[in-house]
Amino acid sequence: MQSLTNRSKVVVNKKMSFMEKLYLPEIAKGMMITLKHLFKKKVTIKYPEQKRPVAPVWRGWHVLKRDELGRENCTACGLCAVACPAEAITMTAAERKPGEENLYREEKYASVYEINMLRCIFCGLCEEACPKEAIFLTDRNVPVDLLRDDFIFGKDKLVEGIEPEKRIDVSVRARAHRQIES
Amino acid sequence: MARVTIDGHTIEVPDGTTIVEAARKIGGDIVPPTMCYYSTLKTSGGYCRTCLVKVTKGSDKDPRPMPKLVVACRQTVMDGMEVQNITSPEVLEAREGVVEFLLLNHPLDCPVCDQAGECDLQDLSYEHGDEGTRTVFRRRTFPMRDIGDKIKLHMNRCIMCYRCVKVAEQLCPERVHGVLNRGWDAEISTYIEKAIDNEWSGNMIDVCPVGALTDKTFRFKSRVWFTKPLDAHRDCDVCCGRVALWVSGDAVLRVTGRKGVYHEIENTEDGKPGWICNTCRFEKKNLSDWVIEGPRHIDRHSVISQNHYEQLKQLKQDLSRQKLIGEKAHNN
Repeated sequence: MQSLTNRSKVVVNKKMSFMEKLYLPEIAKGMMITLKHLFKKKVTIKYPEQKRPVAPVWRGWHVLKRDELGRENCTACGLCAVACPAEAITMTAAERKPGEENLYREEKYASVYEINMLRCIFCGLCEEACPKEAIFLTDRNVPVDLLRDDFIFGKDKLVEGIEPEKRIDVSVRARAHRQIES
Repeated sequence: MARVTIDGHTIEVPDGTTIVEAARKIGGDIVPPTMCYYSTLKTSGGYCRTCLVKVTKGSDKDPRPMPKLVVACRQTVMDGMEVQNITSPEVLEAREGVVEFLLLNHPLDCPVCDQAGECDLQDLSYEHGDEGTRTVFRRRTFPMRDIGDKIKLHMNRCIMCYRCVKVAEQLCPERVHGVLNRGWDAEISTYIEKAIDNEWSGNMIDVCPVGALTDKTFRFKSRVWFTKPLDAHRDCDVCCGRVALWVSGDAVLRVTGRKGVYHEIENTEDGKPGWICNTCRFEKKNLSDWVIEGPRHIDRHSVISQNHYEQLKQLKQDLSRQKLIGEKAHNN
């Protein structure tokens, strides 16, 4: 049978020569390679003091955005959850009560919104499915934790703060999205 | 009997059949979409004009084409009639216009609306509508009115199909709601607030093609595509008791009638439409109240069937059908 690549080699049980039996030259060759690498530039960096530059559309820790008046954009429509290939998103909806108009943009909002960060594959489909520009993936890394339960991120870890300094800038991503859509 | 040809498919139907009914007997893509017509409600149809078709040949006796597009739900067939639906660009263009008119005042709050996912208007605009809107005017809005403790009325979403009025007229002993005012200001309402409490009134929710009438017990509970539809029945001395349950885990979130192919309530064995009473719809929210028959088949193109798996049998059937279609296309 002809092989697919024509690169196959027939295995032969060849007897080693005296030089080969000594092994020392081969060991020396190997050590030379190791030595060469000692003087090369290091490929690792000292994280977390140093950080590598990431692309502006890096997909990390999600954020649930508020609008310019500080109201939550999310209306718990469930499109992110149905788009999610890892089924990482769950939510419970609730009706906005009179007096809560400054908290939620529409008459329905998510009372519970949870993303299981261990299930999430950071594909960004939730962001793409969102009709309200509510969920975005940001360039923040998901922090390390010890318990599995702590990786189920609720609204406390996802919704951005109302104060201007606590807002999370996603303008680059939002712009990229609008370009794709138009 | 009359022979009628719709988009090249010929069928023989009894005299007095409407074009829509004849098309539904053929089935498939050539069936005109309907928003207001409901086959089991008398005098329904003729309001929304989504089912416009072109009659290229009136009949054998009078072969002249009809001068304008006609509404397929009201126009009866004649012997030798030839109808064009999706094969006529004129019809498709007219339908796009109709969709634009229907959406003129529609709030497009699908992310909030409980009907999203099983909404006829959503399907229609997805298939026939334009992506953008040309209107520059503010959308018409109505003050929120409370029409009863079980049914939520969102007048802003209403497309004035009159189906709920027909239900009240033909199912309930007394009709307490209707269309008030005229033209731009026309609205579905009751004169007295919280007036709707009839045993059959819940069927208005099932016939509503949009999210104007929704179930208050299901309001914002879940999205339809997260619930699992099951066929179930119970002994009810008021209605037939044959329903579809929308279940999440062990919780029955919603009870509706069984909607069939054209989103109409299916007939029971005795040939009558399976309307259900309010007791079954709103009060029997335990799985133990019902005898479960099995999972309800939902069209696989529907968002509701996302992440739901039925029996493997159905999948095999679908696959063999696909294979047949593929072979046919290959042979041609």
